[in-house]
Amino acid sequence: MNQDQFLTWVRGPGLNIALGVFVLGLLWRLFEIYTLGRKPDLAAPRRRPGASGLRTMFTRSIPAQTLFKRSALSYVAGYVFHIGLAVIVLLFAQHIRLIRSVVGLSWPALPAPVIDATTVVTLATMVLILVDRINKPVKRFISTFQDYAVWTVTFLPVLTGYMANRHFLLPYTVMLALHILSAELLLACMPFTKLIHAFTLWGSRWYNGDANAKKGVPV
Amino acid sequence: MADQKTVGERLAEQGVSRRAFLKFCAALATMMALPPEAGRAMAEALAQSRRPSVIWLSFQECTGCTESLTRSASPTLENMIFNMISLDYHETLQAASGYGAEKSRADAMKENYGKYLLLVDGSVALGQGGAYSTVAGRSNLDMLQEAAKGAAAVVAVGTCSSFGGIPAAQPNPTGAVPVTDIVKDKPVINVSGCPPIPVVITGVLAHYLTFGQLPALDALGRPTAFYGNSIHDRCYRRPFYDQGKFAKTFDDEGARNGWCLFELGCKGPTTHNACATTKWNGGTSFPIESGHGCLGCSEPNFWDGGSFYAPLSTPTSALSLATDAVVAGVAVGAAVSVANRMKKKHAKAGHEPATVSDLKK
Amino acid sequence: MSLHNIPIKSESVEPYSIGNPRALLTEIAARLEKLAKEGVASSMDLNSLPFAPGEYDQLRVLLGDGEVNARIDAMGASEVMETRYPGVWWVTHYNVEGDIIADSIEITEIPEILKSQPADIEGGLALLQAQIHGLDA
Repeated sequence: MNQDQFLTWVRGPGLNIALGVFVLGLLWRLFEIYTLGRKPDLAAPRRRPGASGLRTMFTRSIPAQTLFKRSALSYVAGYVFHIGLAVIVLLFAQHIRLIRSVVGLSWPALPAPVIDATTVVTLATMVLILVDRINKPVKRFISTFQDYAVWTVTFLPVLTGYMANRHFLLPYTVMLALHILSAELLLACMPFTKLIHAFTLWGSRWYNGDANAKKGVPV
Repeated sequence: MADQKTVGERLAEQGVSRRAFLKFCAALATMMALPPEAGRAMAEALAQSRRPSVIWLSFQECTGCTESLTRSASPTLENMIFNMISLDYHETLQAASGYGAEKSRADAMKENYGKYLLLVDGSVALGQGGAYSTVAGRSNLDMLQEAAKGAAAVVAVGTCSSFGGIPAAQPNPTGAVPVTDIVKDKPVINVSGCPPIPVVITGVLAHYLTFGQLPALDALGRPTAFYGNSIHDRCYRRPFYDQGKFAKTFDDEGARNGWCLFELGCKGPTTHNACATTKWNGGTSFPIESGHGCLGCSEPNFWDGGSFYAPLSTPTSALSLATDAVVAGVAVGAAVSVANRMKKKHAKAGHEPATVSDLKK
Repeated sequence: MSLHNIPIKSESVEPYSIGNPRALLTEIAARLEKLAKEGVASSMDLNSLPFAPGEYDQLRVLLGDGEVNARIDAMGASEVMETRYPGVWWVTHYNVEGDIIADSIEITEIPEILKSQPADIEGGLALLQAQIHGLDA
């Protein structure tokens, strides 16, 4: 298979399979999680104004002071690279064009140099997070294979995308094909690893807020 | 037949001064990114050479490559090159036909055995024992194998002979294959493009005639002098790509301002050719300069690479598995959750409360 | 509407610059220095450069006109012009139809194309001797 055929494959059957696995996996896992349900809470709820599941979905976005002090890097770096990823994926003209071809929606893009700078910051921050995970003894101790694998699977699309756009190292055709392939790998892995937090965090936050609200505590 | 006179003598006979010849060689040398001294060296070497015999075989082709090469009535670079070779067989251009023409070819091949240049356009049909494409009752495969035996080198002109081209596009009903699939024991150079830029064809010939060997080739057998860069690398609209300024539809504001055509399906980034520098029609323009994205015509399988108007960041075919995946996902999810609930129920039913006596054991 | 009545609307793009003239001048200066110090001639092909609209003319204005302007007529015209910087020549070759087939800036004492070629000199000598012979007869 030459490099043009490789690119055509990842843009065709490859994407089809990856999206199929993603949709199948996501629906399966969400179904599985939410049908398990919880034990019914038989106590009478104590309601406090302002305490609800919905509120917690937003308040959890702000870390508690004590936790923040213990590991400020986790929070700051976490926010930086998540926002960076969102900016790159959703505000880069070539990606918007892809989204338009799949779902039909489109919106204005940011200038390419801005995305370029954002990518550099995102890559650096992700490396920082990995280094922190390895350096801090507790983090290192509790890290499993999945933690490192998931980091790699998220890092690769950003790295290969940047390299493709800048025509680094390999010929553009190969680099672009590798970028698309790495994004497909990320898509396929998502429902079966901790990356599913992108979809489940809202439910988790709501449940925590609701459970505490019934006890009369706004969180 | 190959001449006894040198090229220089023939040019002098036609009233072409050495200065005029030097002018064309200088132009050719700069197009091949050779230093200016090479132009003079080319002129001197070519003037002293004798016109070699060239056999041109046409297989499953549209004749576009020949058209590309012969598009001018007045003396041009291309005509100059044709003065430097003796084109002993070309089905479209020759006056002769029938058995007489075939005999001329056989004679030329015999007389110049081991020294003639074989130019091929069109892909070779292998299906049905080669019956899909025949000339004078002989299959392409047969003719190619015979002609390649006595050739000094083979030039595959156009994407069809270089990579299979449109006949080889899915589902390839005729079993079309490129020249390199058949000829394994002679140097083959792929001058791809649909059609190739005329001066690229003649530049390769001139290089061979001057230096006696084929120019440096890339991994796909194409001369790096012309195919070393991608269109994207030398495109004058590249600053717009780098800034993220794209035309969204044909003739919109961005298109009128000459913005990048990536979103209109331009395959410039993945295509290697000389269109952005050497251009077409004597340097007039090239597709992107005229407002249309590159088709990628010098790359293998470009016909099967998705729509010409689908940008490189979009899928090439419909995403058909999504709906099935939804149904399958819900089904699997339901099945697994039923299994989980059963497990929970059994665990609850099989639960044995611990007593103090258990702890004492 | 007949073929001749179809209106032709040509729209020109506003000239803009992507930095080619400045970069080219720098390169020319470096090569001119090499010519001055080491006597090494070189040439720069203009045809293959990705000029933005207007930059080519801008370069012409920047390099200006010098003392020499030669026109050659050899299977099409060729214009050989020394710019305002001695040693920097602008050579443009046309074919009979008026298309540009080569366009370059040569940094040299004299462009090769202006010199008479040895083969032409010999050919001319033979013709001259024949003419003299013809006059005598």
